Amino acid sequence: MSEEPIISIQDLKNTFGEQGVHEDLDLDVRRGEILGVVGGSGTGKSVLMRSIIGLQEPAAGEIRIFGERIDMATAEENLDLRRRWGVLFQNGALFSTLTVAENVQVPLREFYKYLDEQLLDEIATFKVVMTGLPADAAPKHPSELSGGMRKRAGLARALALDPILLFLDEPTAGLDPIGAAAFDELIAELKEALGLTVFLITHDLDTLYTICDRVAVLADKKVIATGTIEELLATDHPWIQEYFNGPRGRAAVAAQG
Amino acid sequence: MPRGEFIRTSTAMSGEADFTEVDENGERILRFSGRLTVARLGEVPARLEELGVAPVRADLSAVERIDTIGAWILHRLERDHGTEITGASDHAKQLLKHVCSADEPQPARLDDRNLIVRTVEQVGAATIEALSSLKGLLAFFGGLMIATGSVIRHPRRLRLNAVVQRFESVGLAALGIVGLMSFLIGIVIAQQGAVQLRQFGAEVFTINLLGRITMRELGILMTAIMVAGRSGSAFAAQLGSMKLAEEVDAMRTIGIPPMEALVLPRVLATTLMMPLLGFYAAIMMIMGGGLLCWYELGIPPATFISRIREVVPMTDLWVGLIKAPVFGFIIGLTGCYFGMQVEGNNEQVGLKTTAAVVQAIFLVIVLDAFFAIFFSSIGWI
Repeated sequence: MSEEPIISIQDLKNTFGEQGVHEDLDLDVRRGEILGVVGGSGTGKSVLMRSIIGLQEPAAGEIRIFGERIDMATAEENLDLRRRWGVLFQNGALFSTLTVAENVQVPLREFYKYLDEQLLDEIATFKVVMTGLPADAAPKHPSELSGGMRKRAGLARALALDPILLFLDEPTAGLDPIGAAAFDELIAELKEALGLTVFLITHDLDTLYTICDRVAVLADKKVIATGTIEELLATDHPWIQEYFNGPRGRAAVAAQG
Repeated sequence: MPRGEFIRTSTAMSGEADFTEVDENGERILRFSGRLTVARLGEVPARLEELGVAPVRADLSAVERIDTIGAWILHRLERDHGTEITGASDHAKQLLKHVCSADEPQPARLDDRNLIVRTVEQVGAATIEALSSLKGLLAFFGGLMIATGSVIRHPRRLRLNAVVQRFESVGLAALGIVGLMSFLIGIVIAQQGAVQLRQFGAEVFTINLLGRITMRELGILMTAIMVAGRSGSAFAAQLGSMKLAEEVDAMRTIGIPPMEALVLPRVLATTLMMPLLGFYAAIMMIMGGGLLCWYELGIPPATFISRIREVVPMTDLWVGLIKAPVFGFIIGLTGCYFGMQVEGNNEQVGLKTTAAVVQAIFLVIVLDAFFAIFFSSIGWI
């Protein structure tokens, strides 16, 4: 198979009123990799994700997912594309009136009406267990779960349709270090087992070091560098140097041994 | 090409999941083909349920693609019938292993229980809820009294700015809508009264009807319902979202009692604004009714006003003015109480706001009935 990128962004421009967020931004995500996206606060990491998944209409530029332009896609094609990716929002974004199991079933019910109730319940349970939650979390409502559990439940919903592309927005933010490490491990494990490509926005240096194949750095309204951490360290951009060589960056390296 | 054949080739091309049952050396074997993915499963799960003979082996060598849901279907076969799975690709083996490790007994769903049991439980839960909210309201009332006492002892602790601000939002800002509503209700009462009383040639008594019912009952009652909908709900929503954002906790840690800073100004505002708004509403109703009397019955305004003064006793005004602050207090109290009850998530804000309005209107009407009996028994008829 040719090495066509699964997401390809060219000359992306995003603006909010007068204020430009992205300008001439280029980025490729390769099939089967975990791409970490980092950048200071306000550099538009989430906006980038939102424009890829079609929640934010770019002012200019071209975004291709699976080789197709999402802005050119008809409503039907768009729906078809959406089945092939899953999104985990920052706080899980679980539907609060539904139980965890029902949340997982929402995409399945929406797209595949022929699944019977028994099978739907089984699917919900094994998806919930697959994301590391106990099976008895399935009939609970999101408000009865802790923050970390809610994120796992959100991940179970994102994985409901067996996507090949997964978007994660700061999955480890707000988790304790043990929970964060376990979440990293879960993502790496699921990526291997399910053959996922992961687009991962994070601030967590440990996540970057442990599970990311490549890292893209957002600054000055564009992606200033993409590569493995070693490759990034070889560049002399001040922000990158400060990010990876600051006290926290060095601690993360030390933790890797 | 015959039509049927064309259809068959087209489904085969789309890679729909399928299986055939074959007997090999007396063993039942399932040969799966196509894409065992959630999008292409089609009838496969239902057909597998209806299998007559437990298959000994499932052959996956013709499967083009598989996902976790396809793997789950196969895992179920393996678990329930002891079917051996052969010909799986590496990817399929990996998925099967993964799904197998995620197989845990199904937790019971809450709504699986008997309908009667659930109904009884719901009635019980609703009763407990109603009683505990009444008890909580009483406790909240006590807390407010303590706060009021301490503000009276230290008058400088009264947040005058907050109180005046509430006066504006509860009272002044409501003038338009309360006035319009009352004016229209006045017209409706006079019109209905005129139509009915005309049958006895007693249409002049429309003025008695209008003057007494508005001053005594409707002016205050309709205003109370309006204030509960406008301000009671706003209080519940405001305090509820403050509670969620931990603003109330922040206040407590700084040393500002939320009872004094948040609840007291609001309750004070509804208590003091209700009599003013209620009186204004009654006057607007009389004006609306007067307009109709002039237009429909030909009673000139000057006559109308002098008749009103003759037939409405002063006690009617007192009845209205005594009830109004009590109703205002109830509305402010329930609004704040339910706002402070918000906990957990955003959904609660909506629920508690609804509860605040419903409870406030309910309590107001119950109290109104008591007042009616009380005033007639002391001779203010």
